[in-house]
Amino acid sequence: MTIPGVRLFGHRLTWPAALGLVIIAINLIGAVGAPWIAPFDQADVVCDAWDDPSAQHLLGCDNLGRDLLSRLLFGARMSIGLSLLITSLSFTIGIVTGFTAAIAKGWVDAALSRTVDLLLSMPSLIFAFVVLSVLGTEVPVLVVTLACLDSTRVFRLSRALAMNIVALEYVEVARLRGEGLWWIILREVLPAARAPLIAEYGLRFSFAFLFVAALSFLGLGIQPPDADWGSMVRDYRDMINLGVTAPFWPAGAIAVLTIGVNFVVDWLLAIQSRGHGENA
Amino acid sequence: MSDTVADENEIVLEVDHLRVQARSDAGPGPVLVDDISFTLRRGEVIGLIGESGAGKTTIGLAVLGYTRNGCAIEGGRIIFRGRDILTLSPAERRALRGPGVAYIAQSAAASFNPAMTLFEQVCEIPVRHGLMSPAAAREVAIGLFRELDLPDPENFGRRYPHQVSGGQLQRAMAAMAMAARPDILIFDEPTTALDVTTQVEVLAAFRKLIHEHHTAAIYITHDLAVVAQIADDIMVLRHGKMVEHGTAEQILQAPRAEYTRRLVAERVAGHGFIDRAAAEPPLLTISNVVASYASLARVIDGVSLEVRRGDTLAVVGESGSGKSTLARVITGLLPREAGEIRFRGELLPPALAQRTREQKRLVQMIYQMPDVALNPHQTLLDIIGRPIAFYFNRPKAEIRSRVLELLRMMDLPESFIDRTPGELSGGQKQRVGIARALAAEPDLIICDEVTSALDQLVGEEILRLLKRLQEELGIAYLFITHDLGVVKRIANKVTVMLKGQMVASGETETVFAPPFHPYTELLLSSVPEMRSDWLDEVLQRRSTA
Repeated sequence: MTIPGVRLFGHRLTWPAALGLVIIAINLIGAVGAPWIAPFDQADVVCDAWDDPSAQHLLGCDNLGRDLLSRLLFGARMSIGLSLLITSLSFTIGIVTGFTAAIAKGWVDAALSRTVDLLLSMPSLIFAFVVLSVLGTEVPVLVVTLACLDSTRVFRLSRALAMNIVALEYVEVARLRGEGLWWIILREVLPAARAPLIAEYGLRFSFAFLFVAALSFLGLGIQPPDADWGSMVRDYRDMINLGVTAPFWPAGAIAVLTIGVNFVVDWLLAIQSRGHGENA
Repeated sequence: MSDTVADENEIVLEVDHLRVQARSDAGPGPVLVDDISFTLRRGEVIGLIGESGAGKTTIGLAVLGYTRNGCAIEGGRIIFRGRDILTLSPAERRALRGPGVAYIAQSAAASFNPAMTLFEQVCEIPVRHGLMSPAAAREVAIGLFRELDLPDPENFGRRYPHQVSGGQLQRAMAAMAMAARPDILIFDEPTTALDVTTQVEVLAAFRKLIHEHHTAAIYITHDLAVVAQIADDIMVLRHGKMVEHGTAEQILQAPRAEYTRRLVAERVAGHGFIDRAAAEPPLLTISNVVASYASLARVIDGVSLEVRRGDTLAVVGESGSGKSTLARVITGLLPREAGEIRFRGELLPPALAQRTREQKRLVQMIYQMPDVALNPHQTLLDIIGRPIAFYFNRPKAEIRSRVLELLRMMDLPESFIDRTPGELSGGQKQRVGIARALAAEPDLIICDEVTSALDQLVGEEILRLLKRLQEELGIAYLFITHDLGVVKRIANKVTVMLKGQMVASGETETVFAPPFHPYTELLLSSVPEMRSDWLDEVLQRRSTA
């Protein structure tokens, strides 16, 4: 399954992982370069509603007569950018709280863990609904809310990982020396937990992505006229019955990116489970 | 298979120019075992001895027709009762394992299924191979339990692995291996994980088993004194090659190879210890300290001791004696419940968090496992330099030159400064651990079993280094160990612990000389000595006592 001669992080690259990397690269290029690549602006009405694909409008047009390809590219920007923001924030919160719980133990651990249990006991979609309908659907609110919800899962993983690491003697040495919490988190524990956390990051990125898509689909995510893949699916879904290909593109984009990310994550998990030092 | 025995002295195993090599995707790797030949007759025991990486276990596994992942038998023949097992099909090899050749591993606890009774597991092999009915296998198991001196042999097998002690489990494993009456038993460091007093019993049981069943055996160990008690022949291995092969007597009395001579000599040679501490005021004074885990189990019960500048105080005891917990109490990781700990006359608060930076700096620790005591993600500059930066707040350039100085002091090359621990050997890592402790410029270093994870000769070098540093810097050591040989060589004071209490304490010469405390005597007499009649003597003395 491996590609001869191609290595990444010192490990042989597999074909699915390479495919995943290509998919991610294309998506990132599309997202970053949207204003230059896209033939039209995402909000401009340039043709008739549901025009079929043509040389000018490669993927056809949407319900209001906007160019579908342009909306898909700008949507990538919004969907991927948001997911990156949400996942990064959720990891920062989750890792810091999770590691703190594992290092401090005692009542700090109990308080943090029970709070997380409380949050986890509620279905996150419904919880997000409540928060977003009360606080509004501005992008910062969306990001912080989803990051907090998502960080509960990261907390569980980080705490479990750190529990094993803080039991190691080199962490004990740091404690005996009198090092502070930040030093222990950043210098002693984090490097050892990096690999599983990176793998989890990829996975949670997909989830955040789907979650934003789901929220947009339900009307609580990105607000018009900004495009994002979830709301595009929502807006176009009825046309499936009429044989219009429009809903296929954003739905397909979500599926392909999710699969691509997971290919890479699977590969990261595989090389990490093989342990240190082995390069096979 | 034993019922087909014709000849009492039949050659059951012939290993002929065995060669095992590591393999990877990139091609053939290093040769792990090279050109090893020996024969084994029924009733004979050969000891394979060497340090880690000598290829002992690889040879043992090869006799089972098995290699670890990523290795392959690249040459030679292994002839088991006339058949080359390397030419057998996987199914034939499987049939061989158990009834033909059986394996006894170092960690019995990891080799038993915790969810099955001992009977089920001991009887599994003969029943699976269709050699006996379950009822007959049970009878055999009871017989073996009796031979191995296990308590209540009829009912012993009804227990689960966690319900018996480590030494009993190791013997149960021998019973499991023996159940199918194999022609060859392979013992792979079977007593290494046991306490010395338990080791004596287990060794005696193994020897009896081998003699009574007239089985051939391969005994793998790193401990020459242990193998001398049980083996007829000894083969000394190093880096996968044979160093020397001869009778046990010859290897011990007249070793030919230089390497063997060093192995034999290290145990005998004493280092002496420095004695200039008497006049100094006490550095560390512990009086009537009590500590327990989760306020339930009392692990330390009324321990008092005193360490002076330049002292080496050894705290000895078997696993569970509370000696490592004592270190945790002194450092404050486990707050004491009662008693006093004073350092330079100043009372140390029980918990680490209450102590000042200076109090933390003056007591440093060196650990048993250098692999987990050093952060694998940091370079030696970070590891050794951090205490200097943390306690003394020096500029970067000065830290670097101080780290280089410490590396030189440890006899490590200066080029190591930018390496990570993963690129170092076990002994080198332990030196880095010592350098890190010294970087804080402490008065007292607690050494927790610092040599027990190392090979014998490497451990000796570490001890020599510690002694030299003591002479140069006048540091005091609190030396926690189970190895009485180490104690006699480096400690001027010793405290013997049993179940959290001190049973004896004082100058090493006094504690280790008659009149003994009974437990001290038991401990001392359990340390294997470098002669082949030691076990007989001990057993005889104990049966008459």
